[in-house]
Amino acid sequence: MKTYTYTEKKDTRSGFGAGLTELGRTNPNVVALCADLIGSLKMNQFIEENPERFFQIGIAEANMMSIAAGLTIGGKIPFTGTFANFSTGRVYDQIRQSIAYSDKNVKICASHAGLTLGEDGATHQILEDIGLMKMLPGMVVINTCDYNQTKAATIAIADYEGPVYLRFGRPAVPVFTPEDQVFEIGKAIQLQEGSDVTIVATGHLVWEALEAAKVLHEQGISAEVINIHTIKPLDDKAILDSVAKTGCIVTAEEHNHLGGLGESVARVLALHHPTPQEFVATNDTFGESGTPAQLMEKYGLNSDSIVEKALKVINRK
Amino acid sequence: MSNKNLHDLTTQVRRDILRMVHKVNSGHPGGSLGCTEFLVTLYTNIMNRKEGFDMDGIDEDLFFLSNGHISPVFYSVLAHSGYFPVKELNTFRLLNSRLQGHPTTHEGLPGVRIASGSLGQGLSVAIGAAQAKKLNNDSNLIYSLLGDGELQEGQNWEAIMYASAKKVDNLIATIDLNGKQIDGATDDVLPMGSIKGKFEAFDWTVIEIENGNDIEAILEGMAMAKAATGKGKPVCVLLKTMMGNGVDFMMHTHAWHGKAPNDDQLENALNQNPETLGDY
Repeated sequence: MKTYTYTEKKDTRSGFGAGLTELGRTNPNVVALCADLIGSLKMNQFIEENPERFFQIGIAEANMMSIAAGLTIGGKIPFTGTFANFSTGRVYDQIRQSIAYSDKNVKICASHAGLTLGEDGATHQILEDIGLMKMLPGMVVINTCDYNQTKAATIAIADYEGPVYLRFGRPAVPVFTPEDQVFEIGKAIQLQEGSDVTIVATGHLVWEALEAAKVLHEQGISAEVINIHTIKPLDDKAILDSVAKTGCIVTAEEHNHLGGLGESVARVLALHHPTPQEFVATNDTFGESGTPAQLMEKYGLNSDSIVEKALKVINRK
Repeated sequence: MSNKNLHDLTTQVRRDILRMVHKVNSGHPGGSLGCTEFLVTLYTNIMNRKEGFDMDGIDEDLFFLSNGHISPVFYSVLAHSGYFPVKELNTFRLLNSRLQGHPTTHEGLPGVRIASGSLGQGLSVAIGAAQAKKLNNDSNLIYSLLGDGELQEGQNWEAIMYASAKKVDNLIATIDLNGKQIDGATDDVLPMGSIKGKFEAFDWTVIEIENGNDIEAILEGMAMAKAATGKGKPVCVLLKTMMGNGVDFMMHTHAWHGKAPNDDQLENALNQNPETLGDY
């Protein structure tokens, strides 16, 4: 069993900010837009170094999305920054018509996704954004797990031609993936090799899945852990290869079980290899105010829940 | 293009519009006919256009249609401007056509740079394209067209506020002031007060074209609009048009906003607009 450790906790949004800063230095076509949340999105350094390539839109997300679409005409690569709620639900039609249907090279970068936004409560804690975005034809959907992976993904999506939804979060979480990683869109990463159960996790739940695998190991259960940072296009092969060995699967995400990663995995399994599956996700509910840790515990989005679901799904084999 | 040729092309575009919507018994002839003189003049005499089509449109003026439902006039003018064969107008709204009910880039139709139809987004897109031109040190202009009813969409006012605040002065946004929308007169559906006053309050330069169906007036007004660019403010053209212009029974009513003529009505309408350049 591989050992994963961390020396520090950092927020994934800072990984986005660092990636954007690097792009500012290396890619003259990258431009950034923000709807009055520069500090929250960690865009300050990019703005300081490239003031002419930054567009402060004000609190007007619909305008921001359509301006981003327009900026692509002329060869720019726009990165929009605001909270996940305002990056998706609030501007769905702008994204649908002006970005996705128009096939524009816009990178929609969404922070404060999910329950871990915390105390601001349900108005801001979107748990439906993965579903909204993955349903749009041609949209790539990425949910990164730590600072390093978010930075690498931010840099990688600039080289991909087409619309991308990049989802990350607010709280400081363990930094456990390599600093020098190359991010490959659509390529799942096996973190633990196992034979009894597959755990496929995305975003903040990846670290929780590694913690769960340790607990399961102590109980004599061998868990395979896969970091599925790209929800669309989904790495079908990685999932199918793994369940061929383990015969059961747990999906884990900070999102509603309707419309999220779990449903995408279930579709692949139903088509190619029907397999018992359990879902670690919110149960068709809104969130509420609280600390991130309290919320993840109350809504069953932590390592304890993953262990519980793993034991349950193994019994269904 | 000479005024005689402009009149001939305008008449032919009118015929195209009528025949396109008649054939598929759907589409939006009213607003299309009202904007025929404007779009013909814009593409032939006002815009600085390059041969051929590439999406980025570097070193040329670009146009964005926000009220995408007037696609018949847009398609006809694009075809007559050389972006695709005029005979392709025959495929309007048919299965597997590049000429979708509302304009889109999705099928790769040359001349179209953004999908439109869901209203209120085109001005923001035009602003983005205008800001890209500035970043590229490209001194060409961005033109856009919006319906007056479309101004009821809130996103426009985000865009109008932004464009003046950010001094997007390489943009000429034209409002088709025909005073009508699907459910009736704009003053009955949702009175908007003084649109001129609103744009001026948002610190735009406003040019009025009192007769937006008169080619001379359009040429004069758009020359003024062009001269007003580059002075730190976005430019708005209020183009007063007659919905259904050129077909007597389609004028002075909102009834033909989104309705196609039947066989007899088509014949009547075409008789009022005799063939000039040849039907597709």
